[in-house]
Amino acid sequence: MTRPVASELDAVAEAKARWTTERRVDDIPRATTESGAEIKAVYTPDEVADIDYLEQIGFPGEYPFTRGIFPGMYRKKVWTMRQYAGYGTAEETNERWKFLLNSGQPALSCAFDLPTQMGYDSDDPVIVDEVGRAGVAIDTLRDFEILYQDLPMNWLGTSFTINSTAPIILAMYIATAGKQGVRPDELMGTVQNDILKEYVARGTWLYPPGPSVRLTTDIIEYCTRSMPRFYPISIASCHIRDAGANMSDAIGFSLSNAITYVQSALDRGLDVDEFAPRLTFIDGAGPYIFEEVAKFRAVRRIWARIMKERFGARKRESMCFRFAAGVGGSYFRAEDPDLNLVRGAYGALALALAGVQSMLVAAKDEAFAIPTEETARLALATQQVLAEETDVTKTVDPLGGSYYVEALTNVKEHEVLAVIDKIESLGGSVRAIEAGYMQKVVADGAFTRQKMEESGELTFIGANKYAVKKTCDEMQLHESNPESVTRQVARLKEVKNTRNHSVVSASLKKLHDAARGSDNLMPFIIDAVKAYATVGEISSTLREIFGEFKEPIVV
Amino acid sequence: MPEKKIRVLVAKPGLDGHDRGAKVIARALRDAGMEVIYTGLRQTPEQIVAAALQEDVDVIGLSVLSGAHMGLTEKVIAKLKENNAAEKLVLLGGTILTRDIPKLKAMGVAEVFPTGSRLEEPIKFIKEKLGGTVAA
Repeated sequence: MTRPVASELDAVAEAKARWTTERRVDDIPRATTESGAEIKAVYTPDEVADIDYLEQIGFPGEYPFTRGIFPGMYRKKVWTMRQYAGYGTAEETNERWKFLLNSGQPALSCAFDLPTQMGYDSDDPVIVDEVGRAGVAIDTLRDFEILYQDLPMNWLGTSFTINSTAPIILAMYIATAGKQGVRPDELMGTVQNDILKEYVARGTWLYPPGPSVRLTTDIIEYCTRSMPRFYPISIASCHIRDAGANMSDAIGFSLSNAITYVQSALDRGLDVDEFAPRLTFIDGAGPYIFEEVAKFRAVRRIWARIMKERFGARKRESMCFRFAAGVGGSYFRAEDPDLNLVRGAYGALALALAGVQSMLVAAKDEAFAIPTEETARLALATQQVLAEETDVTKTVDPLGGSYYVEALTNVKEHEVLAVIDKIESLGGSVRAIEAGYMQKVVADGAFTRQKMEESGELTFIGANKYAVKKTCDEMQLHESNPESVTRQVARLKEVKNTRNHSVVSASLKKLHDAARGSDNLMPFIIDAVKAYATVGEISSTLREIFGEFKEPIVV
Repeated sequence: MPEKKIRVLVAKPGLDGHDRGAKVIARALRDAGMEVIYTGLRQTPEQIVAAALQEDVDVIGLSVLSGAHMGLTEKVIAKLKENNAAEKLVLLGGTILTRDIPKLKAMGVAEVFPTGSRLEEPIKFIKEKLGGTVAA
């Protein structure tokens, strides 16, 4: 973007006034952002004349990182492709992972079943219908050993979508690596470990927010000290958005949650520059291309300023908003599922233009089933075509300097800052969650969007427009294998029968006592996991001390 | 005699945390003049049936998006029968494949509203089944 001199700007403004009248521009139908801000029919140099390029935009890899967090971006290294995968038992997931790696995927992303995410063992009668359904079932370290059979943990990173039970899963990752002769400081990957958004959307909370944030911070502290190549948290806005919030509310809430985690780590005595370079975020892309790009540019700027000005970060890496993002969720439709392929490609394009670090594109059948090998490969190939066939990687922040995108970046910045301010005024994200405020915004958004979809204000081709009555049932779908559950329960029984019971009870007793105090619980959980204590046993031990969260009912 | 509003329990059985649909439908039924009780997340079939009896509802709307709908629905219906409450209208919403619908109906589900259903569909169905009001 060149900065025209004042006389030129006056000439542009004058010409625009003429154009507006002569071409009856005011009669052109109105358009708005997702949050309702006006989008003009065309953007001109005078509208971005107030922008100070060096102050607000700058260069990629430099403060305030509006254009991206690395100087060369995809010319040097394309974003990481990680398709979310996991189902049934560890054997089945290990096989699917190997298929994805052989299809050219460079890293893994693990989906866990709901019992694992919520601290139940596979033999618990309460959850018998859910074992191995939404992801892989994990009960003990034995399952993790099978999960990583023949997979070299010293160079293969895994992203784990796990929150309440994140310390247990991280402990199993560390212990399994140990058996492969891989040290914690060699391990790469991410644990989601963002419990606050679970109270707002997604719902896999166990304990009340206070002790939950303690566990989150335990992981941040442990990784800071012992796992320098691992990302201890992935602060998520995609779920808040999929539950009904608009993109600005969703990312504003997640930045407020991030502020809570940073403060908690500082209160623990960590230096901001020790841990901030390892904070990551995860968001998603819906049907908006330019708004997504503008949002991520704005958020990079906002986060850099928060880290520098509010938290006193000095290292460049501490100020970088590094993010993964997915395309899928509420943007995909069960009706006419082939069209999800197209949605996936446009979403991926938006994310690449926005400077994403790691991407997942949901498979077209993922709105209703675990993907098949074929649909999983198509989703991966969607990213591969974008990265390796198109010219989208050739220059950094290709939309930067567009009058529209720069103006929209400012609009998004205002929207997101207003959300953060609102949460601050409520006393921070924990208070806002306890009061049900974020949940209410999400529920209101979901209801409004449902109405808009039914009235046709929001379009979904093949669903509420140009529908041709194709359903998912016409596709070859992944079938869950009932024998998986039997096998999983049998393995758990065998592990329970062969482990050293006194070592298990001693390790759980130590964890119990430590939970009463303020020590970092990671070493205790690692010991329990190594003794083959189960996910359920460890979670129950902590529940005895921490209690359970009581959900405020917000409709 | 004053007319009694139709009473509906909207329930989330199992571990599934996707409550977007449940909350949207709860609000739509309320806007349509019904008395709606929402259970919140993570309810066992026992808890759901106990709440249905205690609140004396006419309709139980289950919402499941985790793929665990067959087993969970079967257990809710079995519990209702155990408690001589099989007359309550059981509806199911969520990610339900068309091929599962006949099996669910044979189980005792009155109607299934998969993802993509319009809000007016369950409202119309309930009103047709129970009339605008139910006997006090």
